[in-house]
Amino acid sequence: MKNAVLTTPKAAPSAAAPQRTVQEFLDLSARGLAELSRKSVWSLSEAELLAAQAYFKKESREPTWTEMETVAQYWSEHCRHKTFNSPIAYSDGSRTRRIKSLFAETVAKATKELKKPWCLSTFKDNAGIVSFGKSGKWALALKAETHNHPCALEPYGGAATGLGGVVRDVLAAGLGAKPVLATDVFCFGRPDDRKPLPEGAVPPLRGLLSAVAGVGDYGNRLGIPLAAGGLYFDDGYRLTPLVFAGCAGILPRWAVGKAAKPGDLIVAAGGRTGKDGIHGATFSSTELDGSARAAVQIGHPINEKKILDALLQARDRKLYRFITDCGAGGFACAVTELAAAAGGARVDLAKAPLKTADLEPWEIWLSESQERMVLAVPPANLRALEKIFADSFCEIAVLGEVVRNGRITVEHGGARVADLSLNFLENGLPRAERKAVWKAPKAAKAGKATLNPGAGRRCAEILSAALAHPNVCSRESVVRRYDYEVQAGTVIKPLQGVKHDGPGDACVIWPRAAVGEAEGFAGFALSHGLNPAYGKIDPYWMSLACVDEALRNLVCVGADISQAALLDNFCWGSPDNPVVLGTLVRAALGCYDAAKGFQTPFVSGKDSLYNEAKSAAGKSAPVPGTLLITAAAPVRDVRKSVTMDVKAPGNPLYLLGSTAADLAGSLCAEILGVEGAGLPRVDSKTALKGFRAVLAAMDKGLVLSAHDLSEGGLAVAAAEMAFSGEFGIRLELDALACKGVIYSPEVLLFSESPSRILLEVPADREAEFVRAAKGAPVLRCVGRTIANPILKVKGLDGLSVMEESIAALKARWQKTLSEALA
Amino acid sequence: MKAPRILVLRAPGVNCDVETEAALKFVGGAPEPATMAEVRAGRVRVLDYAMVVFPGGFSYGDDLGAGKILAVQIRSYLKDLRHLVRQKRPVLGVCNGFQALVKAGLLPFGSGEASAGFAANDSGRFEARWVHLRLNTQSSSLFFRGLPEMIELPVAHGEGKLVLRSPRLLEDLKKNHSIAMQYVSDDGKLAGYPANPNGSVFNIAALSNPEGNCLGLMPHPERFTAIYHHPNWTRQTFFKHCVGLEIFRNAVEYCRS
Repeated sequence: MKNAVLTTPKAAPSAAAPQRTVQEFLDLSARGLAELSRKSVWSLSEAELLAAQAYFKKESREPTWTEMETVAQYWSEHCRHKTFNSPIAYSDGSRTRRIKSLFAETVAKATKELKKPWCLSTFKDNAGIVSFGKSGKWALALKAETHNHPCALEPYGGAATGLGGVVRDVLAAGLGAKPVLATDVFCFGRPDDRKPLPEGAVPPLRGLLSAVAGVGDYGNRLGIPLAAGGLYFDDGYRLTPLVFAGCAGILPRWAVGKAAKPGDLIVAAGGRTGKDGIHGATFSSTELDGSARAAVQIGHPINEKKILDALLQARDRKLYRFITDCGAGGFACAVTELAAAAGGARVDLAKAPLKTADLEPWEIWLSESQERMVLAVPPANLRALEKIFADSFCEIAVLGEVVRNGRITVEHGGARVADLSLNFLENGLPRAERKAVWKAPKAAKAGKATLNPGAGRRCAEILSAALAHPNVCSRESVVRRYDYEVQAGTVIKPLQGVKHDGPGDACVIWPRAAVGEAEGFAGFALSHGLNPAYGKIDPYWMSLACVDEALRNLVCVGADISQAALLDNFCWGSPDNPVVLGTLVRAALGCYDAAKGFQTPFVSGKDSLYNEAKSAAGKSAPVPGTLLITAAAPVRDVRKSVTMDVKAPGNPLYLLGSTAADLAGSLCAEILGVEGAGLPRVDSKTALKGFRAVLAAMDKGLVLSAHDLSEGGLAVAAAEMAFSGEFGIRLELDALACKGVIYSPEVLLFSESPSRILLEVPADREAEFVRAAKGAPVLRCVGRTIANPILKVKGLDGLSVMEESIAALKARWQKTLSEALA
Repeated sequence: MKAPRILVLRAPGVNCDVETEAALKFVGGAPEPATMAEVRAGRVRVLDYAMVVFPGGFSYGDDLGAGKILAVQIRSYLKDLRHLVRQKRPVLGVCNGFQALVKAGLLPFGSGEASAGFAANDSGRFEARWVHLRLNTQSSSLFFRGLPEMIELPVAHGEGKLVLRSPRLLEDLKKNHSIAMQYVSDDGKLAGYPANPNGSVFNIAALSNPEGNCLGLMPHPERFTAIYHHPNWTRQTFFKHCVGLEIFRNAVEYCRS
């Protein structure tokens, strides 16, 4: 019996059309070029088209279509991050600053200046790589990606292939890492949104359900625990949802570097090439109008699993010297990247295994069919590689070889379809200066809280609304659809507490099985920081707040943030609009200051721009400027990790950090329908001291539970700790350390001042805790755990502000999403 | 004494193999991973091994139903497996492996005829959660030696609802002590969702052959091989017994004796 998956790959019948050239390209005017670019979905600017024209004039020939497609893919925003690498004239009202490269002068600059020896590879590979564990034998690859444009059109497929893509990035980090954790963060319109949508738009709730199903179906089949992530709802995402996927992988230290040599065979491994996902890289630089569905790829998780299994065996036998994945731009980007790293390459597209035989050469070259990798293999190793892949029922095909001539040469059955200078592709991209303008909004300047306690509702009502809010409520009904424990490494799980349903701050992965060592308790924690509501007011402070949130989440589980590595994901509207670009610059400047302030380098990142869509009224609106910070840090001994559920009655509760009237962009302001003032401003120096002091106490086992204060402030954090641990909490508001004088219990309970963590300390070791955490600038005992299952708050006047049953609070918190998704 | 050779069989889409091998190694076994391709090519023979394990995952993507294609392959290419079971060597199927063993007719009775099957969870979706289980104290299963009656393990599946061909079969299963584990509430009673995460008939979570050497279970013992795997290890209130590891230890020690 012959199995279909084992049949030898067949090339397309060599009905290859005579190679078509772009007629009269050299003679086109700038306007003619722009028209051609638009029609061909190249998304190239006028300057870029003219640069291409000049190149072919120098070569004194017309380009082929494949060549122009290659230029368009390779120079796409998606592949080259033109906005982050172009000069920008940034004016913030008072002065204009000339930025040569936003990336080099913000995110990458911080990494360069921090010079951390444990950063093994930053920004240059498919993922950032840091060292892992004490032995010096292992490293950790980290990557987070976005897949927004596909998810707006087809959320199931878009989210699934988004995860597939980021997993392949980790598989192609160094010589390949074993994925041990996957993450997903979704930003969607509010689930209860019933307002009219433009034709073809996906309703937010259906989009969310499809995206969750897509990630679950793909990730669960791949066998990578999906144990970290987040959901965020805002009207700004109803037409342009954001879908982030991340992955962390373990690789041996020796496999961090890679270099192909001349004579190495270029091998395509994995799935076959088909018509799906053509123009994905360039279409992501256009505004969505619903006409681009063919640009979404079709995923097949089992194909990816086969590659994963075979590849790691081949890596350990050192059968290949270089690897990259086929993501955006397909072979065009992957093979060209390999060629650029190795000095040149020649490939024959007729050798690529195809899904259907009717593909044109340029389609084979550009197709973004999923689950494909490109390797550079020494010819002597080919047989061994073929056997490993055949045993995993996985196809490989030799496409060509590495030649050191500085060119990428593409043939199809003997006919030359593209022959380009790599120097031109790599360095020929013209960089035009862009304008960026930032104008500080008025609200951010106002100093006083506009929240009027007299007009406010009772604290209990605000708390109840906060817990039921879509951005706070229980995520259990989503989390359980993901296999968050496969690989037996998830020691701190996303759901915590007595009933395994409390909201954890970060997950901790103990990759014991993945590294195959029974001894040793080294692990790592991963968390996120995201708060677009602050960004609407001031993106600079949003960046700091996001980094602060991600780091304090890590502190809550006991991760060593002195070795925290950050990933940035910027999702913005069109950078052609100076105001939009101004907010992006401001966010990037915030990232630099946050990284320097907390001494945590960025190791990898990705930006996704042009996230705009037309509303039913035909108005085009950019997505709220959204920064996702993913942070990962080592947990030296997973046995010392801490969860967020209170453990016993009678223990003192300590609050790290001081409380100010920070209500701008807060959940409380949204609930009350007021415009709060006082945007949370992170003081990284003070925050870092506090975090370190808490970690010192945790290391001695002096913290029983810890939970970060974020949306909804102290009240929400205390409620979550209480109902997850099934004991009550008594808080005394007059014990809070405040910046300025605050009289309103609403402000004290719901302020979102940054860098705060609520800690439960064993009653019999309280003095020891205070000694161990003496480095904390502000740390006050603000209450106690109690046996009575209530959340009780005593106000400044000594009178009770609220007294709520934790069971009722939990019921409110659990209802929203489980009902919406049922 | 030499570590017993244990075959851990992988088909495309099987994804719990690494931690299953790790668990076997921790208790002194010598797991040897192999793929279905190697078995078909005759390079791997099951009778060379002291024990065979089918780990969890999504073999062949669970296209055509959970474990169905793997089950057909077991019937076609692993004809010796029935012989191995008759020789009283241990065979373990976890989650997808359990589904395949049932569909291949090796469980609950080694007749080679499928008398049970699996349907989608009653909740209609994939679900991951820890469950309380009651072991059948009358079962002759070699995997359960020394274990307490009440245990906890995680499940993670979308198609775990066991269904039986006929009501009479349930009586046979009871008579033969083939019902190895049942989903129960935290106080040990048969209960509905979420205690029974999938709606399995009679809350069945695991089946054993009457001889006790072939076990299939939906929960994942390889995910509870250290106390730090338990969702509440940071609280001091639970029974600190790594049930998962003990199940593997029993099997490996049986192979040795």
